[in-house]
Amino acid sequence: MTALAMTIAIPETPRIMPRLGAGDRLTYGPRQGIGDRIIEHQSMSAADWTQELAAIRDTADEAAFARLFAHFAPRVKGFLIRGGATADLAEDLMQDVMATVWRKAALYQPGRASVATWIFTIARNRRIDGIRRARRPEPEDLPWGPEPEAEQAEVLALREETAQLAQALSGLPRVQRDLIEQAYFGELTHSQIAAETGIPLGTIKSRLRLALERLRKEMS
Amino acid sequence: MTGFAQPKHHPTESLLMAHAAGALPEALDLAVATHLAFCDICRADAAAHEALGGALLDAAPEGGLSRPAEGSLARTLARAHAMPAEPEQAPRPSPDALPQPLSDWIGPNFSDIRWRRIGGGVAQAPIRTRSGGSAYLLRIPGGVAVPDHGHRGTELTLVLSGAFSDKVSRFGPGDIEVADPALEHTPTAEPGPPCICLAATDARLRFNSFLPRVAQRLFGI
Repeated sequence: MTALAMTIAIPETPRIMPRLGAGDRLTYGPRQGIGDRIIEHQSMSAADWTQELAAIRDTADEAAFARLFAHFAPRVKGFLIRGGATADLAEDLMQDVMATVWRKAALYQPGRASVATWIFTIARNRRIDGIRRARRPEPEDLPWGPEPEAEQAEVLALREETAQLAQALSGLPRVQRDLIEQAYFGELTHSQIAAETGIPLGTIKSRLRLALERLRKEMS
Repeated sequence: MTGFAQPKHHPTESLLMAHAAGALPEALDLAVATHLAFCDICRADAAAHEALGGALLDAAPEGGLSRPAEGSLARTLARAHAMPAEPEQAPRPSPDALPQPLSDWIGPNFSDIRWRRIGGGVAQAPIRTRSGGSAYLLRIPGGVAVPDHGHRGTELTLVLSGAFSDKVSRFGPGDIEVADPALEHTPTAEPGPPCICLAATDARLRFNSFLPRVAQRLFGI
């Protein structure tokens, strides 16, 4: 899979995806195995790497990991170098990040974050404790444990928003984009970071809020 | 954390973004992460800012790729196989439990906090951060005011239990007050059980009266 395939595939997804009812569950569910629906929609869902993670989780698929590695390892390593690591340290931390991806594949929740976002958070945490030598507060797992299977509609919505984010990013003026990159790649202090990025995050925020609200209701 | 109403006072959008970007000093990061344990709205907002980080990583900025070393994939797989197994599910916390981010610094429960009295019935427990600012817990008896103090940098105060009021507003469990150097305030705990809060700064506190200045020297707050 190439980056090119990704930019082409994602915006098409919402239009060609059959409408699923609210009761339909995500194909990427805990310990579910690969069902018929995954195979049926493979051409579309392959673009977001959740298939690779499912294959790693379910069958310890090293070929799937190699595809994921080919795409993300150079990105993660570059991210760590830009965050202040030497090439050797960045290689070491990158291997640790990607090994963690393999190890934690079962914990990935496709209704909450794209695979790229999930890997970003792992790499960011390694940058903090590996380069800055600070401790990173672990986000609290919601007290009821891992999320039940996300609804298919939620995963589709997230995929669409992810594509919109990428599009918005590529449409930004150079100066503005550089600034956002500097913020996320460890080159700005917190007081230099402004929340006004020009990237509309409203949709993704409100959907994630609704998802959390729904979880709380299911628990009460 | 369940069992609490959702907080009313939140970190600024910039703090959430800096948290998502991994740019906060450790002490402030701890306060923001602990707020997220209480607050679904901010948890979702922080996740949205993380999504921007994911999009940036995926888009691989110009010159942002760095080729892995020879044999990197095989070594990574070997490391993965050697890593300890991930626990399947976090155990349900006890009623005495501290929010997860804090428990990694202090211990699992409120009863693990080692308080030191600093006068006026107020107790304090420093949190050892490896870098980036200072953080400590404060226990203020009901009805008691903590000394008027100003700040050199950003100060975040997060209520863990009980409540306090100052001239800005009332702050209950999960609420976070963001104070900049201009704000001089005298937080007063509400009558009743003590107010326990987490205070974090990216600089040291500056008290305006003599006794607290001594305490500041002695206890490093």
